[in-house]
Amino acid sequence: MQRSVNELVIEATGLTKDYGAKRAVDDISFVVKPGLVTGFLGPNGSGKSTTMRLILGLDAPTTGDVLVNGKHYREHPAPLHEVGALLEARSIHTGRSARNHLLALAKTHGISRKRVDEMVDLVGLHEVARERAGKFSLGMGQRLGLAAALLGDPATIILDEPVNGLDPEGVHWIRMLLRGLAAEGRTVFVSSHLMSEMSLTADHLIVIGRGRLIADTPIDEFVSRASGARVRVRSPQASELRRVLVRDGVSITSPEADVIEIDGMKANVVGELAAEHNVVLHELTPLQASLEEAFMELTRGDVEFKSVAA
Amino acid sequence: MTSVTPTVSVPRLTRRGNVTQWRVVASEWTKFVTLRSTLWSLGVGMLLTLGFPILFAAVTAARWGQMSPHERADRHPLDIALAGVNVAQLAIAVLGVLVITGEYSTGMIRSTLLAAPKRLPVLWAKLGVYAVVAFVLTFPALIVSFYSSQAILDRHHLLQISISAPGVLRVLVGGALYVLGVGVFALAIGAIVRSTAGGIGLFAGIFFVIPPLMNIFPTNWNNAISRWLPSEAGRQLFALTKDPNRYAQWPSGLIFLGYCVVAIAIAAVLLERRDA
Repeated sequence: MQRSVNELVIEATGLTKDYGAKRAVDDISFVVKPGLVTGFLGPNGSGKSTTMRLILGLDAPTTGDVLVNGKHYREHPAPLHEVGALLEARSIHTGRSARNHLLALAKTHGISRKRVDEMVDLVGLHEVARERAGKFSLGMGQRLGLAAALLGDPATIILDEPVNGLDPEGVHWIRMLLRGLAAEGRTVFVSSHLMSEMSLTADHLIVIGRGRLIADTPIDEFVSRASGARVRVRSPQASELRRVLVRDGVSITSPEADVIEIDGMKANVVGELAAEHNVVLHELTPLQASLEEAFMELTRGDVEFKSVAA
Repeated sequence: MTSVTPTVSVPRLTRRGNVTQWRVVASEWTKFVTLRSTLWSLGVGMLLTLGFPILFAAVTAARWGQMSPHERADRHPLDIALAGVNVAQLAIAVLGVLVITGEYSTGMIRSTLLAAPKRLPVLWAKLGVYAVVAFVLTFPALIVSFYSSQAILDRHHLLQISISAPGVLRVLVGGALYVLGVGVFALAIGAIVRSTAGGIGLFAGIFFVIPPLMNIFPTNWNNAISRWLPSEAGRQLFALTKDPNRYAQWPSGLIFLGYCVVAIAIAAVLLERRDA
């Protein structure tokens, strides 16, 4: 079953959802493409889960529209083969065993017991497959949800906060899984409120805040835009270096003794100026890790519940 | 040096099938029989359904000597045989509500609707599976109740009636159909209110609270209204003789059916329209 790449996208146009007087998703449009891991990033309460529920036909949009693999989710004759989804909210009956949960879902599509067992093994639930899902930890529940999402060998995978509650080994496993799924040409759409997690897995980012689209960009661009020119220097002559570097457009802070952070100057320039003035350097580090800060900066006005600085 | 990220790959699936009404029925059946709590409550419900007529028959036989002629005339062998219907209806109603509200309270409904996103086939499958379960459990239970209570009474040479006597089989089938209707009605109520407590409360209100409330009205009003209540109309399905204050069996049965159809229709419209 070969299908054109254009058929395997998630396409939202002017998607809007109101719950009573509250607007959860506000006129967002985007396209999620196959062969990539697309991260869906935003603070808690920004509308990520609602958007996913709209894609999956669980909720109906107030206005706008969203198609997945060329159709409304509900119109697919075999939805589990098209789209595999893991929702953030628990979606498992607590009284049923993991295996029977998957079996009940499999029956809707005539999927075999063998496939159910394969998925149980894949997510590492073999030992507990016959136990009540109500006894599962958050992480085990996530694994069962993933098994359900992968059951139908779907072309498109939608996961809402999949690393929630997973141990480090599980988080690593999810990363490899997502990379693998995208490498096979599938469309992978993963939400998270953690920039650091996305920076490790995603190729492309869609960022929302308070229901509105903030950015839709390849991750490399986001990184380069975010990281700017920031350099960290450790030197026994820090205060001397500081005098040397002072100029317009450059701001310098000193987070600890012997350490300064320079904003607005590249690392090579800092190094050269230090050499020129015979300043000894113990460390010279371009700061790339400010992704989290860039994300915070980008979504600052869009956080629903902000902690008030004392 | 470049490092290649190791990946996990998902085994491919070669055979692919569409969602059909029968597959949704198979899925609902699997769900029904894989909940241990469901099987336990059904089992206990059916044991009580079988136990009541036996108890009723034994007590009747033991007290027969001290009973007044009036009291004796009031005892009918079919009333004894059908004593379990009252228990069965409660068990089937509570479980009927839970079949759907259990999915809402646990979030299972979201998994259900992701696998079968056209919602009405899910409702039909749930109703169908449950209707069959209710009838297939209740009818044999009533037949067993009939023979066991008759056997106890027979040892005291009391209140014998043949299953081939006019109306007897009809009443036994009617009792099971009543329980089936109660189950379907309760499931629809559960789908409408989506909460276990609310669903059981609403069902109990309609079936157990409203009927005795009618006694506050003058008798002729009471009778005029009560014959239209679902519980009273439904009960005529297993009445051996026509109650002068109620409609006959068939019209009453149609009224009862009407309530079930309306409840199902409301459930269907709401399921289709509401966010899950």
